[in-house]
This record gives sequence, C-alpha cells and structure tokens, in this order.
Amino acid sequence: MCLAIPAEVTKLLPDDMAIVSIDGVSKEISVALIEDLAIGDYVIIHVGYALTKIDPEEAQRTLELLHELSAEALGAMP
Amino acid sequence: MKYADEFRDKEIALGLANAIQSEADPQRPYRFMEFCGGHTHAISRYGLEDMLPKNVRMIHGPGCPVCVLPAGRIDMAIRLAERPEIIFCVYGDLMRVPGSQGASLLKAKAKGADIRMVYSTIDALRIAEENPQRQIVFFAIGFETTTPPTAVMIRLAEKKQLANFSVFCNHVLTPPAMQNILESPDIRNIGRVEIDGFVGPAHVSTIIGTAPYEFFAEEFGKPVVISGFEPLDMMQAILMLVRQGNENRHEVENQYSRAVKRDGNLRAKEEVSDIFELRDQFEWRGLGQVPYSGLKLKRAFAKYDAEARFDMKELRVADNPACECGAILRGVKKPVDCKLFGTVCTPETPIGSCMVSSEGACAAHWTYGRFRDHQQRRAS
Repeated sequence: MCLAIPAEVTKLLPDDMAIVSIDGVSKEISVALIEDLAIGDYVIIHVGYALTKIDPEEAQRTLELLHELSAEALGAMP
Repeated sequence: MKYADEFRDKEIALGLANAIQSEADPQRPYRFMEFCGGHTHAISRYGLEDMLPKNVRMIHGPGCPVCVLPAGRIDMAIRLAERPEIIFCVYGDLMRVPGSQGASLLKAKAKGADIRMVYSTIDALRIAEENPQRQIVFFAIGFETTTPPTAVMIRLAEKKQLANFSVFCNHVLTPPAMQNILESPDIRNIGRVEIDGFVGPAHVSTIIGTAPYEFFAEEFGKPVVISGFEPLDMMQAILMLVRQGNENRHEVENQYSRAVKRDGNLRAKEEVSDIFELRDQFEWRGLGQVPYSGLKLKRAFAKYDAEARFDMKELRVADNPACECGAILRGVKKPVDCKLFGTVCTPETPIGSCMVSSEGACAAHWTYGRFRDHQQRRAS
C-alpha cells in the first residue's frame, strides 16, 4: 500500500497530469500535489499520484555518505 | 531503476552492517520499531535482520493501513458494496481483508456485488463520469500518503459537479498511533513493548515532513530517524539510531533527505486540511480506539460522505480470538507466536489482516523469513 517508486517525468499534460517513465515503462499519473515540475524531474509515485520531487543533490550527498560510512567500517576491520 | 538500484548495493550494506556491529554496545539491547509496513517488507525482503548484531532487534509496528482497519469497517464496506445501485471502488489490497465470519470484498464480488479494483482515485472518478445512473463509492483508506489523493478527488468531484460520487472515509494519522503504542491506557491487557527508538515512515513523511515527530521525540525521549525504503537507507537509519542511543540523544533525524523536508509537501497538506477534519476517535485493529487519529469530511463536503449519504451504521466486530494480529501490530508478539500462523492462516487463506497485505508482519515473515525459523529449530 505504501510502496512507492521513483519515476522520471517525460511529458507534462493538461489538468495536472503527466507521463512518467519507470525503467522505460510509461504511465500517466496526477501531479496535482507537486509545484514547479519540469521534464526530467524525478518524482515518487504512489497510487497514481506524484507525492514529492526527488532532490538530486540530496540523493548524491546521501550516497556519498553511505560510501564513506561503509568504507570507514570496512577499513577498520581487523 | 535510478534512485533505487544505487541504494541496494550489497558491498556498502556489508560495510554498514560492520559499522553497526562495531558501534552497538554488546552490553545493552537496541529495540527499534519500524512503524511503517513498507519498512517491514524491506527488512524481510532484503534479509536485513540477518545483518544486525543479536542485541539490535527490529520490532514491526502497526503502519500497514490494510492491517489496522478493523473488521467492523470491512463489514460496513461489504454491506455498502452489496447495494445494487452502488459501484464500489477499492484499492486492490483491500479485496481479501477478512471481515466477520470469513467475509471479504472478494467473496462479495463473487456473489455479484459490483466491486472494482482501482489503481488510483482518478480511476474512481472516471467510473463515476461513465456511469451517471449509478452511485459510485470510493473506499478511502490509508495514512497521510493516500489522503491527499482522496482530497484531490473530492475537489475534482466538486468541480465536475458529480452528484453520484461519495467516499467511505477511513483515513488515519501516523503520529497519534505512534503515541498510542507508548502510552495507551488499554494496552494493559495486550502488554507493552519496550522501544528504544523509531524508524520513521518514508512516504508519510514526504507529506507531513519531519516536524510532527519533534514533539514526540521530546515528550517520550525516543529517537526518531526518518528513513527511505531501500535497504541501504534502512541500514543507515539503524546506524543513526544506534548512535543516538549511545549518545543518549532523542532527536528527529532525517536519513531520507532526498525526498523529505522539514515541512513536508505544503500543497498536499493544504488539500487535506481544506477537505478533512479530525474525528474524536477512530478504531484501529490492534490498538483499539485511538483519540484524534482518524479523519472525516468537513461539513462543507458532507454530500460526498458515504456514511451520511447511505445512512451507514457503525459496526463493531471482535477479531478471531485465536488471531494475534492485535499483539503483533503492537510489536508485543511475533508472527510465529500466533498458533494460526502458517497453519490455517496463510496468504492464500488469511484469517488476520497481517497476513493479507504484503506489508503485514505475518505476510512478510511467511514470504521471506520462515527459513530462519527452520534454521533456528535445527540449531536448537
């Protein structure tokens, strides 16, 4: 029920709708809950609605931190 | 899949597991509740429990909207769906949830009720436009994630002046339920579970933000880390909780910063507050009556409220006495502690709601965790 997936916005449609691509599969969803949406943005979709945009810089920061934490721990292993 | 695959890297997961192992104090327990069913599913699916030290335990919480819907509300839905003038639109995972005496929407559909599974509220609106001579009722359930889509639908119904459309509203709120787990007076008969911290919901928090958990962390002295649903997200969130525990901190931290902001999604929150207001109390399976935990339509939108439109009577139904869903939803018991688990209660023939939804603790354990029980039996 709460599982939601990241998808790329490929086309903006009238009436707050948009086409998104999930690994190449296209789906029409509502973007009524999102402000300032542009083609190429990634959104999290759930029950046919985009809930939020994914912030690419924050995603990059989290990934870097994950790499760092992991490398530290593996480096510290006896 | 971008923004998913890179958060599923096995090598990094092993590194995080090592970090947790080396930072967790072996002299003390760490009991973390993942509130959300999406997290429960991810923990089972990716075998995360096997990567944690023995004294770091995950307790599955009640954050599965299908699981917490009481049997009485399912019975009310079935009665509504059986009316000949109604087309009843539901999310697919509700079809097999047991009401009283083994009834379900799936069985009602087999007997001829016009029940249609929809992926989205937009589909329900379309059905209403295509069938002006019928009454269309949408079975609205879920936490803060599914409430904005229901609100948008009601606003559109108003705009399109659809007179044949209404909503059977069962939307519930996350923070009151988290609070209830820690302080409810009626848990004496179910038992209390010791919790040292919470993994906060991912997608609920995209809507409500991190701010609503701040009071909670302060008031109860429990750390909360909002986490994404991917395995690396969860491992990092657990590490953050371990660190908070070690440093005696109880703050709200946001691991899922790529999707969650402190104030959440303002537009979605506005949609919800325009259309819904709090109920004084709402019944949850496993938690009983939880004050100010459910939503109803505001008076201005009463014409879209199916409970008023069809004069629905509130039904209260006791759960199957042998079913431990209530205690499992609270984290007091595990699926294997229930004598129905894996005998009469399986995903094919669910007796309790925790076995219906793939996010339920029992279904997740049935699908991904049973080999571990077998290994433990062999080891002992």
